[in-house]
Amino acid sequence: MNAVAESTRQLVRLRGRSYVAFVFCPVVPIAGWLEELDATIARSPGFFVGKPVVLDLSALNLSQSAIAHLVASLEQRNIRVLGIEGVDAGQAAKSLPPLLTGGRHCLVKQSEAEKPQAKPKSTSLLLETPVRSGQSVVFIEGDVTVLGSVGSGAEIVAGGSIHIYGTLRGRAMAGVNGNATARIFCQKIEAELLAIDGYYQTAEEIDTSLRHRPAQAWLEGDAMRITALH
Amino acid sequence: MAKVLVVTSGKGGVGKTTSTAALGAALAQLGEKVVVVDFDVGLRNLDLVLGAERRVVFDLINVVQGVAKLSQALIRDKRLENLWLLPASQTRDKDALTDEGVGGIIADLRTRFDWILCDSPAGIERGATLAMRYADEAVIVTNPEVSSVRDSDRIIGMLDSKTVRAERGERVEKHVLITRYDSGRAARGEMLSIDDILEILATPLLGIIPESQDVLRASNVGSPVTLNNAASAPARAYVDAARRLMGETITMVVPTERKGLMDRLLGRRAA
Repeated sequence: MNAVAESTRQLVRLRGRSYVAFVFCPVVPIAGWLEELDATIARSPGFFVGKPVVLDLSALNLSQSAIAHLVASLEQRNIRVLGIEGVDAGQAAKSLPPLLTGGRHCLVKQSEAEKPQAKPKSTSLLLETPVRSGQSVVFIEGDVTVLGSVGSGAEIVAGGSIHIYGTLRGRAMAGVNGNATARIFCQKIEAELLAIDGYYQTAEEIDTSLRHRPAQAWLEGDAMRITALH
Repeated sequence: MAKVLVVTSGKGGVGKTTSTAALGAALAQLGEKVVVVDFDVGLRNLDLVLGAERRVVFDLINVVQGVAKLSQALIRDKRLENLWLLPASQTRDKDALTDEGVGGIIADLRTRFDWILCDSPAGIERGATLAMRYADEAVIVTNPEVSSVRDSDRIIGMLDSKTVRAERGERVEKHVLITRYDSGRAARGEMLSIDDILEILATPLLGIIPESQDVLRASNVGSPVTLNNAASAPARAYVDAARRLMGETITMVVPTERKGLMDRLLGRRAA
């Protein structure tokens, strides 16, 4: 029987392998540090999921229960701690992740975290439905295009130009942040008020011969010009 | 599938309550099971137009607050067994309405009826927003004059943003109902034309209800115009509108009074 047992015995082979782990260096107050961490997670959810994380506690002097609490707080955020650095063997309870030493510094690629922010902000706003009375569309970043009418009592406020492929019955204010080159275009002008870079004209001042026609408005010095579009 | 339909306008006095009663009665006459719900808490009228004012015991607010059961507050019409009324409270105001309370009642009504017609109060405040809150469809009642049309435009904007359907990214199906239309005055340019109204509102037309003495006469005797004088021009227009709501395709005509000599001589007699 002995001989059989010896023949099936296998050697335990040990192999070495190294991984790059994120190192968290919490600072006091821990609550504030956790808030900061939450903000990071909110910006890129799932960033730490499945990634090895090591806790470097050398800057802190935490009791055994405080360390356990910190590890539990991280676990609540779906972050599993692989090991702990910078504590004495006496401070670490058996239930906690193992102590690590001899880690080497290396760079971590953060490309994943930056992806969502890489998208450039749009400089134009397209509205495919009519803008109804009482609605106010404010878009400081650039041009506004409306594929419909702008109702009486509605207003469009744009940092750039305003294009309306319908009847403009409400107010249009273009170039609101000091853009004197902004213009207002519409298929049919019945506007209550037009303004470009703070210079405005009310319905009364708009030439009645232009009414119900396609028109554009622009600034010439400090005078507003409104002409028919051909 | 029950349909919740809000009858709204923004402006007051354009004919929301009359239209709710007339459309409700017309749908009931076409065999649908209908409840009309008065959301004008504090200024209720729908009970009068339906001739049920003497039978109101419990109301919408009692049900919202859990004082009465829905079945206790519902009043069945005496003429049409398919038509029910949920009256508003006259002694309270719109603050007594809560979002959850209204949501609960609408959900309950959906299990009992084919059509739930919500008669909205005028304005854009709590009563009006809660009346439209759970709507699947909307009838926007508009008179052919500029202030009414602009207020309707405002209400359409709210239907597209403040309803549960809009918040879920769905659409509330909208219809424009033009009331108090006088073809003679429109021809003389004294009121907005149908085309002008539809161009401004960019919303499909459900019907054109002509200006008529029959409407006032019917209200005064507490009867929807579609029941009181089914042959009258407004009654026929409302029935056509109700059929269109049910999905039928009916050519749009401006119904006119059939006037004989005797009608012209004796047309003014009070009801």
